[in-house]
Amino acid sequence: MSSLKMPAPDSAVLERRSEIVAALRAIVPGEGVIEQSREMRVFETDGLSAYRQLPLCVVLPQATAQVSACLKYCNDNAIRVVPRGAGTGLSGGALPLSDAVLLGMGKFNRILDIDYDNRACVVQPGVTNLAITRAVESEGFYYAPDPSSQIACSIGGNVAENSGGVHCLKYGLTTNNLLGLEMVLISGEVVRIGGKHLDAEGYDLLGLMTGSEGLLGVVTEVTVRILKRPETARALLVGFPSSEDAGQCVADIISAGIIAGGMEMMDRPAIKAAEDFVQVGYPLDVEALLIVELDGPAIEVDHLIERVSDIARANKAQSIRVSQDEDERLAFWAGRKAAFPAVGRISPDYICMDGTIPRKALPAVLAGIAELSDKYDLRCANVFHAGDGNLHPLILFDANKPGELERAEGFGADILRLCVKSGGVLTGEHGVGIEKRDLMPEVFTEADLAQQQRVKCAFDSGGLLNPGKVFPVLHRCAELGRMHVSGGRLPFPDIPRF
Amino acid sequence: MADTARPSNAEDLQQVIAWAAGTKTALELIGSGSKRGIGRPVKAAMVLDLSQLCGIDAYEPEELVLTAGAATPLSEIEALVAQRNQMLAFEPPHLDTLLGSSGAGTLGGIIAGNLSGPRRPKAGAARDHFLGFSGVSGRGETFKSGSRVMKNVTGYDLPKLLAGSWGTLAALSSLTVKVLPVPETEVTLAVATASPEAACQMMSVAMRGNAEASGAAYVPEMLTPASSVQAVAGAGHGLTLFRIEGFAPSVSYRAEALTGAVSAFGEVASLAEADSRIVWREIRDVALLADRPQRPQRSLWRVSVPPATGHLVMAAMTGIGGARGFMDWTGGLVWVEVPDEAHGFTEVIRASFAGSGGHATLIRAPEEMRAALAVFEPQPRALAELSARVKAAFDPLGILNPGRMYPRPEGL
Repeated sequence: MSSLKMPAPDSAVLERRSEIVAALRAIVPGEGVIEQSREMRVFETDGLSAYRQLPLCVVLPQATAQVSACLKYCNDNAIRVVPRGAGTGLSGGALPLSDAVLLGMGKFNRILDIDYDNRACVVQPGVTNLAITRAVESEGFYYAPDPSSQIACSIGGNVAENSGGVHCLKYGLTTNNLLGLEMVLISGEVVRIGGKHLDAEGYDLLGLMTGSEGLLGVVTEVTVRILKRPETARALLVGFPSSEDAGQCVADIISAGIIAGGMEMMDRPAIKAAEDFVQVGYPLDVEALLIVELDGPAIEVDHLIERVSDIARANKAQSIRVSQDEDERLAFWAGRKAAFPAVGRISPDYICMDGTIPRKALPAVLAGIAELSDKYDLRCANVFHAGDGNLHPLILFDANKPGELERAEGFGADILRLCVKSGGVLTGEHGVGIEKRDLMPEVFTEADLAQQQRVKCAFDSGGLLNPGKVFPVLHRCAELGRMHVSGGRLPFPDIPRF
Repeated sequence: MADTARPSNAEDLQQVIAWAAGTKTALELIGSGSKRGIGRPVKAAMVLDLSQLCGIDAYEPEELVLTAGAATPLSEIEALVAQRNQMLAFEPPHLDTLLGSSGAGTLGGIIAGNLSGPRRPKAGAARDHFLGFSGVSGRGETFKSGSRVMKNVTGYDLPKLLAGSWGTLAALSSLTVKVLPVPETEVTLAVATASPEAACQMMSVAMRGNAEASGAAYVPEMLTPASSVQAVAGAGHGLTLFRIEGFAPSVSYRAEALTGAVSAFGEVASLAEADSRIVWREIRDVALLADRPQRPQRSLWRVSVPPATGHLVMAAMTGIGGARGFMDWTGGLVWVEVPDEAHGFTEVIRASFAGSGGHATLIRAPEEMRAALAVFEPQPRALAELSARVKAAFDPLGILNPGRMYPRPEGL
């Protein structure tokens, strides 16, 4: 394992372990508190499985009052807490700490209210993303964000990570589909924000909470917006001789005023891995493959299929296939959706990066990734949410070969630096967690990070909620709050004053 | 009359606020000043005039992003993106007639108020289109957050927090927003409607179909004459309006489907593209209630509730003599105008959504009234304290627009 510095364990807390377990058992009785190493093993990692750590103990509450009492107890006793949803996160946001209580929200698994008149659904945070859609699809509704882990990931985790999916350009991320939250602060206070109305009152704490990676509060109830499922969807599968041509095709589609439901691009290594795995007829003689999905009434979809085909032809498309039925549309997607396991099949291990770049930078970034691939002597396959600029390079390596994980991580970090240099960001949908924590200074100045940490202090002045995640350097709130001001006269006589 | 500082660039802005922090000088932030009368009255020793922080820094139609100075006039941005057939999809309202200001305001002002028009239920609010910024906190420190890309979870989403904070957390110098293509065409269905309750039922039925209406509003009979569209002005009854936007073949298909779905509620008339654009501009700008600028003694509330319950607010309103209003956002947004002498109105309206959730904001009222009433929805204690701590995280001395949203807590 590479050297990732986590906050030093608090030995006083470790020594009080049995007392802490007993106190938590008084709040969450029976099997709701787990302390045996063997039983805690399933909680030692999340989707970033290169990192593992057993927690102090695991608590599985099933009522808001229990969450409140647990957090209040931990706050009063200066005990760290790591919240956890379904544990599918890819950036290590739910990695336990040896001196922290792991607060698992899996038992909050009920759908509380389905309200078609207000097009809202109220659920507990442990409900899976897909279960929301399943609950409302009989009436033709669905929940739009569709991260690829949607069968397993929980809506509470989606809120913590601001999860996306392949339809974000048209339908938004979690933050754009959320109406309300109930959450518990580390003090134990229960706060409700928003509801079934469209904009929450006061400061937009709903927007702030979304993507805050478990550092600000623990979500105990979620109200999401549900949408009518489009009547139809059809997809085009288009092969291009270069990523430049594919990229220009995407730009031209957008310039024509067409916001597709999904636009996904794959490079040659990703196409080959996917086709070898699922054999859906992807062309193997192209450098870039684009899937464009159009959804809506059939008459609109048919109309746009024609227009997008014309645009593709004008951009040197080598092959164009249009799905003729639902089976064929799903087959087009099958390769893309299997891209990660397909790469897993041709390599003992892989890591998935998650930068976002301006679309126009794609050819340059892909060229840069190819150079880095030579430099690190590791293969890389790229899949790209072309509509919103979110790039997922998959770095292939073998963890059993000494030094390869470190090399792969170095390669990944250089890719993210390249994304930032190209006008992009470190992470589009997977979160910072521990994985990109130490790269935050590539994007943010000290002042930027200090301001974010002051927001953290407004919620958790003791720094007890999920410490060691997101921020590369931890500062005490008192230190962050100190003002360095020089009083006196206005130092700028040249600024007009009236 | 307060002193005014007018920084000419982001560096000057930082110096002014650092000075104000050093001397504990309260600042009132203004762009063009068009929304200065919204909120609790700000008591500040100095006006921080941001009007020089203007101009479009970058517009990339193919990337769907635009970056501009905070005080760039909204009309300038709208004119520029229109040349490339794009728009701010959250449909920012132009409240100049309503508020009696000389222009529609600035990009920073629209974002600071998180103000969105009729497309909000479908396209999202201003905050959903606000991607990144740089600005200066009340500590006098320059900082940035967000980015120029569509999908970003790198660090806390501070743009969301800044949207709707009414200049109480930071002074923005530059903002990046998302732009989207203008729909190829549009049509509006106007359905004769007996009551606000019937309107809410109809809108619920409509939204269960696949019409994908990008606007759904209810105008009671009393307000239809205020429209400049003849089909609305001369309707002679209340109207529920549905806007269908998109590619021509799709628009006609969906309009037909929606007509079938709502015809049981009342007679359906169709407004072609030109009239449709006008009537939704009137809804967006609250123009139906802006016909009496000579009578500023009528205060105006903006009430946000679960869409299916908008009629409850309308019903509460009719109990107040001289009140009038209409519903937008499929019933989720109710604009209510009341005579100032109608005391107790605040309690009546806030009680009307107490069970189902929502909030009421006083958008236009005389200064004494704004000083005396809770302009923004009062919050439960834990939430109010959390909001105060968030404010202090950006502005520990309380020098930016002090008291505009909430009274300053004791001890600050």
